[in-house]
Amino acid sequence: MLRLVAARIALGLVSLLLVSLAIFAITSLLPGDAAQEQLGQAATRETVEALRRNLGLDQPGHVRYLRWIGGLLQGDFGRSLVNDMPVAQLIGSRLPNSLMLAAATAAVSVPLALAIGTTAAMWRGTAYDRAVSMLTLSVVSVPEFLVATAAVIVFAVQLRWVSALSAAADITSVGQFFRVFALPVFSLCCVIIAQMVRMTRAALIDQLRAPYVEMAVLKGVGPWRVVLTHALPNAIGPIANAVALSLSYLLGGVIIVETIFNYPGVAKLMVDGVAQRDLPVVQACAMLFCAAYLVLVTTADVVAILANPRLRHG
Amino acid sequence: MTDRKFEELGSAEESRVLDAVRRGATRRDLMAMLGAGGMAAATAGSIIGAATQAVAQEPKRGGRIRVSGTSTSTADTLDPAKQSLSTDYARCNMFYNPLTTLDGSLTPRPALAESWDNQAATVWTFKLRDGVTFHDGKPLTAEDVVFSLSRHKDPATASRARSLATQMKEIVATGPREVRITLEAPNADLPVVLGTFHFHIIKAGTSDFSTAIGTGPFLCKEFQPGVRSIATRNPNYWQNNKPYLDEVEFIGIPDEQARVNALLSGDVQLIGGVDPRSVRRIQQTQGFSVFETKSGYYTNLIMRLDQSPGSNPDFVLAMKHLFDRAQMRTAILRNYGVIGNDQPIDPTNRFYFAGLPQRPFDLDKAKFHFQRSGVGSTALPVVCSPAAPNSIDMAQVMQQSAQRIGMNLEVRRVPADGYWSNHWFKHPIGFGAINPRPSADILLTLFFKSDAAWNESAWRNPQFDQLLAAARAETDDAKRRQMYADMQVMIHNGSGIGIPVFQSLLDGHSAKLKGLGAIPVGSLMGYDFAQHVWWEG
Repeated sequence: MLRLVAARIALGLVSLLLVSLAIFAITSLLPGDAAQEQLGQAATRETVEALRRNLGLDQPGHVRYLRWIGGLLQGDFGRSLVNDMPVAQLIGSRLPNSLMLAAATAAVSVPLALAIGTTAAMWRGTAYDRAVSMLTLSVVSVPEFLVATAAVIVFAVQLRWVSALSAAADITSVGQFFRVFALPVFSLCCVIIAQMVRMTRAALIDQLRAPYVEMAVLKGVGPWRVVLTHALPNAIGPIANAVALSLSYLLGGVIIVETIFNYPGVAKLMVDGVAQRDLPVVQACAMLFCAAYLVLVTTADVVAILANPRLRHG
Repeated sequence: MTDRKFEELGSAEESRVLDAVRRGATRRDLMAMLGAGGMAAATAGSIIGAATQAVAQEPKRGGRIRVSGTSTSTADTLDPAKQSLSTDYARCNMFYNPLTTLDGSLTPRPALAESWDNQAATVWTFKLRDGVTFHDGKPLTAEDVVFSLSRHKDPATASRARSLATQMKEIVATGPREVRITLEAPNADLPVVLGTFHFHIIKAGTSDFSTAIGTGPFLCKEFQPGVRSIATRNPNYWQNNKPYLDEVEFIGIPDEQARVNALLSGDVQLIGGVDPRSVRRIQQTQGFSVFETKSGYYTNLIMRLDQSPGSNPDFVLAMKHLFDRAQMRTAILRNYGVIGNDQPIDPTNRFYFAGLPQRPFDLDKAKFHFQRSGVGSTALPVVCSPAAPNSIDMAQVMQQSAQRIGMNLEVRRVPADGYWSNHWFKHPIGFGAINPRPSADILLTLFFKSDAAWNESAWRNPQFDQLLAAARAETDDAKRRQMYADMQVMIHNGSGIGIPVFQSLLDGHSAKLKGLGAIPVGSLMGYDFAQHVWWEG
């Protein structure tokens, strides 16, 4: 168990290093650099060169990369090329927002998805099950910008129940929290619930068909107890993985929702970074997303092991 | 229009008339008052009308509004030299002042400089206003002005106004509140140049731009690049009674639909960058309006004259006759714009030459020139991009017209990302987009002078260059007007630039927001709305 976690962490560090190399290489392939992007239409040869010197972009690529990784090992994420603010500070101001949105969405979507998935598996083949399948499929097929924009037009512009913008800084009361988070959480739930529901349902049905469940039923165990104490612990592995994947999406993949609600999260920071060729910011965000992904997947594995007696003792 | 008349009075008389109206003076009293100053009755009448209207719309003090511009990113800046987007201008205008400020006709008015004079348009002396302090209490001195202007000349500042700043050979303080600027060559427009936003005045020695310490109408309470700026009223602002608002929160919503939704849901009270297609939706919603600023903003076709096929003058003429300008204006701009005539000076500019015959949409002429050019039916790629607004639509309209004369245009759409460094005037046929510039001289020098870095079509005309220099040095307005008219004709006939339409700038706002005016350098009242508007909540 401990050995597994240690091996995972070691592997994770190697992946982080590879990801940082890949990101560095890909961003240098993008046309233009930070100096040209900053000067935009106003770029003349002279000003671009002066700015490049200022930003240290006149150095060859490998020197810049080594310098960056050297700084990272000492806990220094570097400074943004665009506004000269420390990258740690930029991310520090956005990360709580992203985490808050992710937490709110997870708090709503995970219990909901598990409940729907479990009940659908229990009553499989019924009208309820078919309705759930239809609904989840159709919701996941609608692009999130459409869901979000439609929700804004109905609930914010027409009905004025909630805010069209989501600025986390304005929250001072519980009511405001709901006003601000209702729409983004709703839009995100539409995207991620479906996957978790379908995975929960499939994993559970798989277990419910197993001989040991049949045995339990024959011995007279009630349907709820069969599902919750016998089948679910064995199905938790794939479910935890589906949940982990969905949650990792909430951190880095929510750019569309952040754009539509003008929500200052980390995903937008990274997209800005790419648009401005602001390498230190892009690198730091990529590291962050990658690390979060690894932590979530590892956690899912650990949970699966702990929940499953065969793996736990094996 | 009435507002502009009223402004012509100058501030002393302005306040005298306003006072009189407020005290309840009758029209006859006012006529007598102005007539005593030797003013014609018609002029006086219209001024009184404007004054009465102005008092009816007496600014209210207080209130907090949230305003959204069209962009926000970590590149948001408080460094005047680095301002590059309209949102930067709007933000910096809340915190800083320039020496001069441009009014609705783009004439320079005193701001931090209370007066100026010149010798042969070459040696300029600016007298600074007394009693102006920075937000931290330090009085404004000549030293600050010298610092603020000189830093643009240093390449390491990476100033976007460097090309304008290099003409200032020497910038010295000649007294505690007096600055002398010596130019390389005469320039009658220097006060206009110094009214542009990059020349905002900052404190001498400033190197940290994480906050703004300026002389402007608002104090910088919070600045988070890519998130928001919060400006609170400067209680010691040098302009009486201004600003009216207690607080302005400035954000950027890049997506136009989301921006309009935010306005209509009441989350923001003023937005810039409204697409003509959204106008009806805003106007049909109770309590919201659209404000139009006619401007010299244009998206232009670029035909490189130094590359085939643009090197053939007949081809260029054929293309210029292919513009269905009326259709572009109605279909693409929904009539929020004016027809262009392949020269860059728009009708709001005081040097616009109305006598230049309009080039028509004429397929016969286009066909004649196209056949004479001998280009034939080879596919001609036209590079367009969302970076140059409406260029894709324009290219498609042109493509359709071209088919009718046997010309084979191929619309090649490229992404906005990296457009200005990788595509802009790097193809034989492509599109550019030019923001309004504060003076004809700046515009023509930047984009049409033979050796200009952004001479988009590589048009070279020594006679034009001479005329441009002569017009810059000329202080007589009538002579200047004639020179600018000649230059407009030259560009219309010779350059490889086609300008089908000038686009209006549209803002959307809550009906409770009052005091918006048009300053044609940009939307949001020339990006300077913050100190002029008030809230009637």
